[in-house]
Amino acid sequence: MINKEYDIVVVGAGPAGSMAARFAAEQGVSVLILEKDRDVGYPVRCGEAVSYAGVAEFIAPDERWINAHIKKFALISPDETEAVIEFDEEGLILERRIFDYELAKTASKAGAEILTRAYVNGLLYDDGKVSGVKFEHRGESKEVKAKIVIAADGVESRVGRWAGLKTHVDFRDMECCVQVTASGVNPDTDTCYFYFGKEYAPSGYLWVFPKGENIANVGLGVGGAIGKKSSALSFLNSFMEKKYPKASVLTSIAGGVPCSPTLDKISGPGIMLVGDAARQVNPLSGGGIASGMIGGKIAGTIAGESIRHKKPDHIFSYDKAWNDRLGKRHEIFNKIKNGIYGFTDEKFNSIAHSFNKVPKEKRALGNLFTTALIHNPSLLIDVAKVFLIK
Amino acid sequence: MITEYRLAKSGKLLIEILPDKCDFCGCCVGVCPEDAIELKEAEIFIIGPRCTNCAKCVWSCPIEVIKFNKDGVPVSKGQGL
Ligand SMILES: Cc1cc2nc3c(=O)[nH]c(=O)nc-3n(C[C@H](O)[C@H](O)[C@H](O)COP(=O)(O)OP(=O)(O)OC[C@H]3O[C@@H](n4cnc5c(N)ncnc54)[C@H](O)[C@@H]3O)c2cc1C
Ligand code: SF4
Ligand code: SF4
Repeated sequence: MINKEYDIVVVGAGPAGSMAARFAAEQGVSVLILEKDRDVGYPVRCGEAVSYAGVAEFIAPDERWINAHIKKFALISPDETEAVIEFDEEGLILERRIFDYELAKTASKAGAEILTRAYVNGLLYDDGKVSGVKFEHRGESKEVKAKIVIAADGVESRVGRWAGLKTHVDFRDMECCVQVTASGVNPDTDTCYFYFGKEYAPSGYLWVFPKGENIANVGLGVGGAIGKKSSALSFLNSFMEKKYPKASVLTSIAGGVPCSPTLDKISGPGIMLVGDAARQVNPLSGGGIASGMIGGKIAGTIAGESIRHKKPDHIFSYDKAWNDRLGKRHEIFNKIKNGIYGFTDEKFNSIAHSFNKVPKEKRALGNLFTTALIHNPSLLIDVAKVFLIK
Repeated sequence: MITEYRLAKSGKLLIEILPDKCDFCGCCVGVCPEDAIELKEAEIFIIGPRCTNCAKCVWSCPIEVIKFNKDGVPVSKGQGL
C-alpha cells in the first residue's frame, strides 16, 4: 500500500527516474516512483550502447546485463568505405530489459517505493506550486501529494507541460527511429557500426550494434522533416532487404530521440525534469542512458537536500548544476550535429577516404576531423561552419 | 446517412491514428505542440479539441501509423474527445 503523501514523487522508472529516486532516497527522504507500464525496463526502445565509464559511475558492471564489449567504431560512408577507429575507452552493449530493472532495484534498496501500472494524468497544485500528481492505477483514479515532483517520463513527457514549462521538441530535432533485434546478422562482436548518407538515414545515421554472436540491434533514426517524404521504417526495410535478406527479426520497435539542446528551463515551483523529459540526450550521438542517469543523479541529490534543509527554492539550482556538468557541452554537440547532417554523400565519402590514409595507429575519433582536414582542406569550411554558425 | 466528423480546435479533425498499428513509442507525443495526444501503456488517441491539424505528428511517426485525412475523421473512427 502506498501512502497519501511523499516528500518526492518521480514519474517514470527509466534510468533517469530510478537515479533521481535513488539519490534522493539515500538522504532519508520518502520517495515514490510511478510507472505507467506493467514492467520496469520493458519494452526496450534503445540501441543499448553506452560507455563503460557512463555506467560504472552508477552501478558495478555485471555480465548479466552486458551483451557485448566494444573496442572499435566502424564509420561507413555512402560508397561503403569503412573507417575503423580503435576506441581508447571501452563501450558496452547492454541488455536494458535487465539493466533498467537493476537500476530500479538500487532505488528501491535506497528506500524508494515503486508502483507499476500507474499512469500519471495530471498534477495537483497548491498556491501555484506543484504539490502532487493524479494517476490511474488499474482503472481507479487516485492522487498522491508530494513536496517535489520529478518528471522522468521520457520522450513522451507531458508532466513538464502541465507544470507550465515549454517541453515539446521541434519536429526537425526529433530523431524518428526504428530498430530490429535480428539474428543472422554477424557483425564483429567488438565493433559498433555507423552508416551515414542519404540512402541509409538522411539527417541521422543507421547503426548495427552487436548483441553477441550472430545477433545485433539494427536501427536508424531520421530527422522529423524527412518524414514528410519517407518514414524511418521505409529506410530500415530497404537496408535489411539489401544487406541482411535472410535475417530473422526477434523484436522490432519504434521510438523517438529528442536531439536538441536541453530545455531552457528544467525546474519550476515544486517540479524538476530529468532525462529525455528534460531533453538531456547527447544531441550528436542520440545517447541518453548515461546523460539521463547524470541528470537524475543531480536532480535527486538537490531534491533530497531541498527537503532536508526545508529550502523549496534550492531546487532551482538544478538548472545551473546540469548546465555546468553536461548542458553546455550538449549545445556544442548540437551545433556539430547540425553541421554533419548538412554534409552531402560526397563529403562523407571524402572524409572516409582521407581518414583511411592516416596511419592506423594515429586514427582516433577525436582526430577524425583534424586528419580529414589535412587531406582535404576544403573540409575546413565545413568544420568552421559547424562551430561558428548559429 | 449523414456522417458525423470529429472536431479539431477549429473545424474538422484531419488527423487519424491507426491504433492497431501503433507501437506506443511516444515520438508523436514528444513533437505535438498542443499536448493533443494521450498515450497510455497500450492505448493512444488524439484529443480533438486541442489539435490544430498541424501534421507534425504525421511526419514524425517512424512507422506510418498516423494519417492525414483531408476529408475529416468520422466520429465512428477513433476514441477520445
Ligand atoms: C531507437 C532508439 C535507440 C536508442 N539507442 C540508444 C543507445 O544506443 N544509447 C543510449 O545511450 N541511448 C539510446 N537511446 C536513448 C535512450 O533510450 C533514452 O535516452 C533513455 O531511455 C532515456 O531514459 P529516461 O529515463 O529519461 O526515459 P525512459 O527510459 O524513456 O523512461 C521513461 C519512463 O516513463 C514512463 N512514463 C511515461 N509517461 C508516464 C506517465 N504519464 N505516467 C507514468 N509513467 C510514465 C515510461 O513508461 C517509461 O518507462 C535510444 C532511443 C531510441 C528510441
Ligand atoms: S496534428 Fe499537430 S496538434 Fe494535432 S495531434 Fe498532431 S502534432 Fe498535435
Ligand atoms: S509515433 Fe507512431 S508508433 Fe509512436 S506512439 Fe505515435 S502513432 Fe504510435
